[in-house]
Amino acid sequence: MLAYLIRRLFAAAVMLVVIVMVVFGIFFLVPKWAGVDIASSFVGKQADPAAVDAVRQKLGLSDPIYSQVWQFFKGIFAGRTYSGGGDVTHCAAPCFGYSFRSEQAVWPVLTDRFPVTLGLALGAAVLWLVFGVAAGVLSALKRGTIWDRGAMVVALAGVSLPIYFTGLLSLAIFAFGLKWIDAQYVPLSQSVGGWFGGMILPWITLAFLYAAMYARITRATMLEILGEDYIRTARAKGLTEPVVIGKHAMRSTMTPILTMLGMDLGALIGGAILTESTFNLPGLGRAVLDAIRNQDLPIILGVTLITSLAVLLANLVVDILYAVIDPRVRLS
Amino acid sequence: MTAPLHEPTADTAPSAAEEAAVVSAGAKSVQGRSLGRIAWERLKRDKLALTGGIVVLVLILLALLAPVITHLLGQDPDAYNENLIDPLFGTPKGSLGGISGDHLLGVEPVNGRDIFARILYGARVSLLVGFLSALVAVVLGTVLGILAGFFGGWVDSLVSRVMDGLLAFPQLLFTIALVSVMPNNMLGLSGSNVRVFVMILVIGFFGWPYIGRVVRGQTLSMREREYVEAARSLGAGRFYILFKELLPNLVAPIIVYTTMMIPTNILTEAALSFLGVGVKPPTSSWGQMLSSAIDYYESDPMYMVVPGVAIFITVLAFNLFGDGVRDALDPKASR
Repeated sequence: MLAYLIRRLFAAAVMLVVIVMVVFGIFFLVPKWAGVDIASSFVGKQADPAAVDAVRQKLGLSDPIYSQVWQFFKGIFAGRTYSGGGDVTHCAAPCFGYSFRSEQAVWPVLTDRFPVTLGLALGAAVLWLVFGVAAGVLSALKRGTIWDRGAMVVALAGVSLPIYFTGLLSLAIFAFGLKWIDAQYVPLSQSVGGWFGGMILPWITLAFLYAAMYARITRATMLEILGEDYIRTARAKGLTEPVVIGKHAMRSTMTPILTMLGMDLGALIGGAILTESTFNLPGLGRAVLDAIRNQDLPIILGVTLITSLAVLLANLVVDILYAVIDPRVRLS
Repeated sequence: MTAPLHEPTADTAPSAAEEAAVVSAGAKSVQGRSLGRIAWERLKRDKLALTGGIVVLVLILLALLAPVITHLLGQDPDAYNENLIDPLFGTPKGSLGGISGDHLLGVEPVNGRDIFARILYGARVSLLVGFLSALVAVVLGTVLGILAGFFGGWVDSLVSRVMDGLLAFPQLLFTIALVSVMPNNMLGLSGSNVRVFVMILVIGFFGWPYIGRVVRGQTLSMREREYVEAARSLGAGRFYILFKELLPNLVAPIIVYTTMMIPTNILTEAALSFLGVGVKPPTSSWGQMLSSAIDYYESDPMYMVVPGVAIFITVLAFNLFGDGVRDALDPKASR
């Protein structure tokens, strides 16, 4: 187990380095290669040349890439002072960059937005796990019946519907048409009921999409496992059906589901961009989108880094859990 | 094919599941047929898959003939029809988003562009990106997967690590980041064409590991088979074995994963355009139409429903067809 753990940690560390390199590549090398002046996009479209020069100097954009990367990482641990063009801006540690567009450090933006995205992802995950896996298992057990067909038709429709369409539809019907819900985001700290009301539609819409995917995969996995020899052996031993299904089949079914859950949760925490923009939730995904519209590169860079980290961590946790559940994994 | 596959005669015509049972129980009359033929006969019996396939064909035709159809209807996707807009609310006059004999699916709020024409032109973008990015993914995935599986060793480790890494990358975010730093003109392309080109490359690039993993696994299990051994003992070179012996046997899984990948790519394109990093206006795209419909979901819901349903039908048709192709080609179905 320890060797396995060390191997996974090492792989995660390598991955982190690669991600950082790619992120910096995207933001510092691609524009250079494509002939885009990055300094001007840090300022804005109608910036005068003096301001652009000041930003270039402030951010050290004419320095070599490795020195820019070094400055960025030093900033995370030691804070960073940007000076140039006559004024000085200090960004306290942990400094993930400073947005000259919106005149704010990136880190507070990240910490503000993160809880919204986390709440959205976790709430939806509970829903889709419960309903998706239950539908998948029932479909597999009642294979070929009307329940199976019905569940699979709904699931197929679910994976074919873009979330920004189901989201808009649910808003139009439940918030605007029937007026059941006031679809406004309210922070949890202000009002628990308000928060719940604002999150319920995003949760359901997001969970619908994922429940559909999980139901399809659970059903396929379960059917495959029910055909395995050890299930026949379990039945032959005279175990009751609930024990065969609940103890033997479910355990093997859950391992691939868990892997998916980890990756999906990681990706969602990394930004449920589509859901947040449809429901106008002030989460990380929404922050990135706004940053893109304003050409605010430091925010995009910060969020991209943080979210890649979230995906990486989620994968690491899944790898470890996977090894705990399924001992065969440790050996490979 | 090296191993002859058997199938009961067509008059038994059971579903895929029943058929599998019949085969394993020992078919009554056994007859050798090519895998392609078996697959086609199974597909022909799958009504849902056929419906999906026909819808896909119709969509491709509509997209290809978009200029002709809009011309025949006397519409132009970029022409403003402000006379059809209620000047007070900015929404189309008449019921259901201004549907009329001239404007089959109504007109857009504010500027009154014909929605049917824009949907047809949007199909061109969706299908182009969907197919070409799948092509990029298939070429990359097949070549790298087959090399990793066949040569093993460090080639395999490298390719496998890259695939794991790509699958763990937050794809949407990276695509958005990449598109947002792309210039407006490059390689002789400009405006929307740059975006379409970048989307095809990026979606394809993030998609190849899905095919690469399958191809690698299949190659691994096949390179030890007797027919490869036989070819080798007859003096066949590595590349002969790779492309003449192994590749033909990989066609089935590659086709399956390609058909399953196209709808996902179409959804990604729509999502990128919805987020404003896809094609640029005035080029029309379904995702972009939905994104502008956000502001009108209360006053003009039809504007949101039409592109949404277009995406839904397209993706559903591809999914149905893809599921059918999988059931028809998947070797597990005949076990």
